[in-house]
Formats: sequence, C-alpha cells, structure tokens
Amino acid sequence: MSQPLPAHSAQVPVLALGDVLLVSLQGELHDGMAEQLQQDITQRISTDRMTGVVIDISGVDMVDSFLGRVLAEIASTARLLAARTVLAGMRPAVAITLVELGLTLPGLVTALDVDRAMELLNQRGS
Amino acid sequence: MTVPEQDAAVSAPQVVSSFLEQRKEQIAQRWADTPLFRSVFTVSRDEAVEACKAVVEALSEVAASGRLEDVGSPGFVPVRDQLGRMTQTRARSGHTASQIANEVAGLRVPVMELLREEFADPTVPRAQEAVLALTLLLGTLRLVVMETALDANAELIERQRQQLLEVATPVIKLWEGTVAVPLIGTLDSARSQVVMESLLEAIVDQRARYAILDITGVPTVDSLVAQHLMKTVAAARLMGAECIVSGIRPAIAQTIVQLGIDLGSVLTRSSLADALAYALGKQGIEVSRAHANESVR
Repeated sequence: MSQPLPAHSAQVPVLALGDVLLVSLQGELHDGMAEQLQQDITQRISTDRMTGVVIDISGVDMVDSFLGRVLAEIASTARLLAARTVLAGMRPAVAITLVELGLTLPGLVTALDVDRAMELLNQRGS
Repeated sequence: MTVPEQDAAVSAPQVVSSFLEQRKEQIAQRWADTPLFRSVFTVSRDEAVEACKAVVEALSEVAASGRLEDVGSPGFVPVRDQLGRMTQTRARSGHTASQIANEVAGLRVPVMELLREEFADPTVPRAQEAVLALTLLLGTLRLVVMETALDANAELIERQRQQLLEVATPVIKLWEGTVAVPLIGTLDSARSQVVMESLLEAIVDQRARYAILDITGVPTVDSLVAQHLMKTVAAARLMGAECIVSGIRPAIAQTIVQLGIDLGSVLTRSSLADALAYALGKQGIEVSRAHANESVR
C-alpha cells in the first residue's frame, strides 16, 4: 500500500499556461496523489475557466492499469467541464507495455511532447 | 602372480595414452594424408602434421584422465577451436555432417595398425583391451567433432536470425514528420516487436506526426498478424502519431473480412503513395509541378 507521505510532497504541481493547465507527472504516482490530482484539475478547470489540460508523462517509466484508468477519468471529467485533455510525451517502452496489457486508452488524445500538445489545443480551439 | 597384477595396475586407457604419446609423430604423419586433414590444410603438409599432433596430444590426455567416453572431457578443450574450423571448412566445400563423421571415422584405421604393431601377439587380452579403449576414444572424438560442427551451425543461425531481424525492418523518413516501415515477409511475434520498437523510436527521433505501415510485402495476414498490426497502430497513437496501414492487397482484404477481424479503428490507404499523400495533405503540404509548361514540352 502507499506509504504515508508529507502533505507537500504528495501533491503534483498543476501549472496554468494561459487557459491551459499543465501537469507534469514524475516517477511513481501513489493512489492518494492520483485522487488529489484528479480533484485539483477539476477544481482548477471550473474556477479558472480552463479550456485545455496537458498531462506530460515523459518522466514516467511505468503506466499500470490504475494510472491508465486515472488518466482516462481525468479526460472524461475534463470533457464534461468543456476542457480537452491531451496526453503528451509517452515513452516508447511505456506505449509498448500499455499495448501489450491491452490498455490502448481509446478516449485519450495524445501528442509527442508538450509543445505538440499545446499546438493541438490551440489548433482545435480556433 | 606378479605379472597379472602389473597388468591390472596399468589399465587399458593408460596403455593407449602412453602409446599415443610415444607414437605421436608417426600417427600425425599418417593422419596428415587422410582426406580430412589434407583438404583443410591445403597450404603446407607441415601445418597439417602440427594440427594432427595437437589432436593426438588431446586424445592422449583424455585417455590419461580415463574418461574415454566423456564428450565434455577437459582434454578436448584445446583442440575444439581447431576442430570447429576444420568442420566448417569441410561443410563449406559441400560436405554433409555424416560425410564429415565418416572422414573422422577414417582416422581410426591408421592408428589401429600402429597399435597392433605394439603387441607381439594381438590376440592377448591386454592388446584387445587397448584396441577397445582406443576405439572408444576415437568414437568420442567423432562425437566431439559433430558437437563442434553443430555448435558452429547454431551460432551461425542465431547470428543470421539477428541480422534478418535488423535488416528486414528499416524505418524510412519519407518527409518531414512522416515515417514509413515497408514490411516484407511473414510477421511473427519477434519481428513485430522489433518493428514496433524501431517505429516508436523513429517517431521520437524524427518528431513524426504520421507513421505509415506498408504491408505490400506481407504474403499472408492471419488473426495473429492483424493483432500485431493493431498493436503497433495503437502504440503509435499513444505516442501521439497517427498510423496509416497501406498496401493491403485484395486477397488479403478478403481474408481479413472472412476472418472477422475488425480493422475499423485503423486508417487504411491502398498504396504507400496514397498514404503519403494523405499524410502530406493533413500537414497542409501541397505537391505540384515546379514548372507549369513542363508537360507541354
């Protein structure tokens, strides 16, 4: 089970770039952190009127079914709040593992890196 | 009663060992003229004799250790390389494994003649035991030769398999942001894994938005191959690239439909050119003739 962590380290920073939220995941994501992140993102979208969410997972070595579900949930929640979610920077090894596990994340929009993800959001927004 | 005791003390393998050691020169001279050594060491006879001596020494050592029937006997280690080279040379000149084995068996006759000469009366039990031991030893040599030949072949096959994997899956950059993999030959799990890995690496390296999988050269598609294709497409999508499958031939299209495989989620184009045109069009790139009057001339 997840170890108890100090409150400040258990939070994933959520940055705002214009009307887009940028979340950069690093290393392992604990169950508690994932729930907190989900709440943070939905809160920020509704209060700050965000139209897009970019989740950068270039620093993640392993995406399991749990994280896959969390990401899909964030995307569908954001969609209900009229914001689009783009998953950016997945590593080849992670993509292969996910596909082998049968987790193809069908509802998620993906991009090569954060740059491309922003481009994609701006393109569709206009 | 002392004589039989002495006989028992010096066992047959020991007799063979010392015989081989003493007659090394003669045996080597005779062996150097056999087809096996003569065809391998074509340059000089001295070299062949030296090689024969090395083999005889190894046999003598194995006999001394008493492990006549042990293929893994340490005595064979020094000559394994040399035997491997010899069998390879023979195999390259079109000899089958059994022919090589027969040639190794041909080494027995000259040694046997020499061993019989050692004994005044070849019918005494001591002589017969020595002959039996030598026969066993040469049989083991034959096995060692076959083993080295098989090892060399297995190594070669493994190396070629690896080369085939690498050669058969090039990822080509067709345009800025567009990569393609022309698949040729049957797709199995190992190959599709390599294809997937190299395609994903190329997507990262080239910052590609579009990846084209061209299956013109794939002879048949079954459910397993289709599954591999779909996995590759899904993985490319996760990396943020759009994947297009091109070159599905009519017969293969029919097979896919008859097998009930759903490729509905996969974007397809009939040829590599169409796929490239689609990728270019999506990126807003137009291709046109440089000079309008080109066609008039």
